[in-house]
Amino acid sequence: MSEPSLSMDKPALIRALQRVLPERLIIHEDEALRPYECDGLSAYRQVPLLVVLPENSEQVQQVMQCCHQRGVPVVARGAATGLSGGALPLADGVLMSLAKLNKILDIDPLNRTARVQPGVRNLAISQAVEAQGLYYAPDPSSQIACTIGGNVAENSGGVHCLKYGLTVHNVLELKVVTASGELVVFGAAALDAPGYDLLALMIGSEGMLGIVVEVLVKLLPTPQRAQVLLAAFDDVSKAANAVGDVIAAGVIPAGLEMMDGMAIRAAEDFVHAGYPVDAEAMLLCELDGANDEVSAQLAKVRQQLLDSGATEVRTAKNEEERALFWKGRKSAFPAVGRISPDYYCMDGTVPRKRLAEVLLETSRLSEHFQLPVANVFHAGDGNLHPLILYDANKPGELKRAEDLGAAILELCVKVGGTITGEHGVGHEKIHQMCVQFSAAELTQFHAVKHAFDPLGLLNPGKAIPQPRRCSEYKSLGSETLTPPSARGV
Amino acid sequence: MGVSIANHDSSAALVQTIAEAAEKGRALQMTGSGSKAFYGRQATGDPIEVSPHCGVINYEPRELVIKVRAGTPMSQLEALLASEGQMLPFEPPHFGPNATLGGTIASGLSGPRRPYAGSARDFVLGTTLINGLGQRLRFGGEVMKNVAGYDLSRLMVGAMGTLGLLLDVSMKVLPLPEIECTLVQELSEAKAILLMNQLAGMALPLSAASYDGLKLYLRLSGSEPGVTAARSQLGGDLLEEDNAFWQKIREHQHSFFNTDKPLWRLSIAPAAPPLALPGKQLIDWGGAQRWLISDQIPAATVQQAAEAQGGHAQLFRGGDRLGVVNQPLSADLMLIHQQLKQAFDPKGILNPGRLYPEF
Repeated sequence: MSEPSLSMDKPALIRALQRVLPERLIIHEDEALRPYECDGLSAYRQVPLLVVLPENSEQVQQVMQCCHQRGVPVVARGAATGLSGGALPLADGVLMSLAKLNKILDIDPLNRTARVQPGVRNLAISQAVEAQGLYYAPDPSSQIACTIGGNVAENSGGVHCLKYGLTVHNVLELKVVTASGELVVFGAAALDAPGYDLLALMIGSEGMLGIVVEVLVKLLPTPQRAQVLLAAFDDVSKAANAVGDVIAAGVIPAGLEMMDGMAIRAAEDFVHAGYPVDAEAMLLCELDGANDEVSAQLAKVRQQLLDSGATEVRTAKNEEERALFWKGRKSAFPAVGRISPDYYCMDGTVPRKRLAEVLLETSRLSEHFQLPVANVFHAGDGNLHPLILYDANKPGELKRAEDLGAAILELCVKVGGTITGEHGVGHEKIHQMCVQFSAAELTQFHAVKHAFDPLGLLNPGKAIPQPRRCSEYKSLGSETLTPPSARGV
Repeated sequence: MGVSIANHDSSAALVQTIAEAAEKGRALQMTGSGSKAFYGRQATGDPIEVSPHCGVINYEPRELVIKVRAGTPMSQLEALLASEGQMLPFEPPHFGPNATLGGTIASGLSGPRRPYAGSARDFVLGTTLINGLGQRLRFGGEVMKNVAGYDLSRLMVGAMGTLGLLLDVSMKVLPLPEIECTLVQELSEAKAILLMNQLAGMALPLSAASYDGLKLYLRLSGSEPGVTAARSQLGGDLLEEDNAFWQKIREHQHSFFNTDKPLWRLSIAPAAPPLALPGKQLIDWGGAQRWLISDQIPAATVQQAAEAQGGHAQLFRGGDRLGVVNQPLSADLMLIHQQLKQAFDPKGILNPGRLYPEF
């Protein structure tokens, strides 16, 4: 990580910030800065120059104006559950935590919207509107902790995307503080807004175009009934192909998740969900809608799963068991964390029809790099989450995990997919952007960044690599980074 | 598949035309079939024909994804999807027999199903475009989830071709509903708006809700058991030939739209109360889209009325196409728009003036 630049006068910056923020909202002592050194991807750490914790949007504007005048970069951060190092601080930059902007400002049941501050937790929104029979659809696995502001930055998904969409499909309006400290509104309380779709552009922009200070989310009616099927398979490829078969049967499941044998056993040991521990793969398929509709779909999907080679298909006996089936899935990451000192979570997306071969090739890569890989992912969306198990204390293992991860992502691009489905590029996948995009495309991204942030102060160095760095990476990658087994897929 | 669609790649010629125009600083206006020439501001520049660039590049029904060249006629595209039991869920209006996909996406128009299924931009997964420098660029892809880089594909939707010429678009498609039916009842406007929004907050397979000044029309779509259950819950009379009714709403062939007077579109918060504006109105999108026919009303009055309800107004059809068509932007937003335009089209040659007079 970079050292603070010599021109950075930290005491002067602190004095300037003290003029716009109360003392207690500025952290600058070394020990107190330590907890902010990383996000959910703890392999990368950097203590920031200082941390600010604004309590309202005016303070966000004032901090931005202050930093803009001095040319100080700013990294915004929500709950820091991100898995791509998107909120990794800069040694010569301010880390702005939005955790104190945590109020639900308004709930409008008739218009089916909630106006919230960015630090509100994802799950807290659904909990606040439950009594009205409404909920907020995107539900990333980290939904207990992650904040809506971070969800906007990453365009977060979850297990219900296939039917209910991503963050971009469920947000109507954003209030955003620009790099120069102006407050602007993208989107509207209406279904569209005049001019360019800046709302869509802002969502998933990883804190590089502006800082979100208010979010108007869309709420959906809670389905009358939701039911989940658990299907066990003795072969990973059969399970992968069953995913496409269910969709080809004309059913759009509310969720369609897959776990491989290692993930099944880790999750079962952890939460005792009653998973089939001798299976090689398992699908969880949730169906929701009107009571009779769900009954009809359950019968259809059950038959389809059996036709696709499932060795066993179970329906959750009651709401309690349904919750337990999902609990196993949602705690699969920490469950895998229990069987390995460290794990590294990847996030590529591929066309569903390529799932089986990508899983097969991933296991070959796993052998090549001699690191185990567990798979637990959003199969309905083709969004893979290979978990690479490693031990950071063993020399060379982190590097090997990174190289294996890079090889898996490049495999995803090769089969027509993408290096990130929902976790973002952040710091982590910046090299793989070179594989997915041409120099002209990267230059276009930089031009867009420049349109919003001409000085390059918002989360600089993340998400979009410099084309020049890509040529360096590519010349390196062809020799050392891509193992023979990843070629010619 | 029983539907034949002409297949022709003329992207090289389009790239060359734009690169040459960029060099000379010569403005270009993109045309497909001309079905949406009435929409937006009148552009200037030499025509660049996109219709010859047509055909389906990739369609696999199991993947729920189709990738199509911009010049492909919508009627053929929708027939192909229907032959596989699928559809474009945003129910785009064509506004002409030969409407193309490129114009549909560039204008970002969506039909009656929009509030319940999503908009044109919601279903766009990726695009290949030519920017104002004549560079061919690809963003997004053919997968359901993709957050690599900024979402420049969705930015193209509704940009009226001012940021780039669309070569092809990948879209998510969905199965056609098993059945649909439409229920009708007479209601006051205020009660109709209230009911549409109350029902949208309930777990019902609602897929369209419109009010013509006298009657409320509610369409239900989905599986047979789901629709049957909702129908008995809702009551109201069953509308005969309801497909034709929604087709007329979608294509502005309903008698309401039969006028030479200016047509305004107000996009506002769905539960906003009846708007007291001179002229006649038709409500679609469950209250979120109010059509207004009025020839004696100043633009500022309509814009203020929409803004007061959390939205904006647009002179959709008729009136002065060189004047104010879209709601004016705040100074900060206009600056961002102009800088974005600069980022994609520094010479200002792509459809100049089509969206706003400033760029």
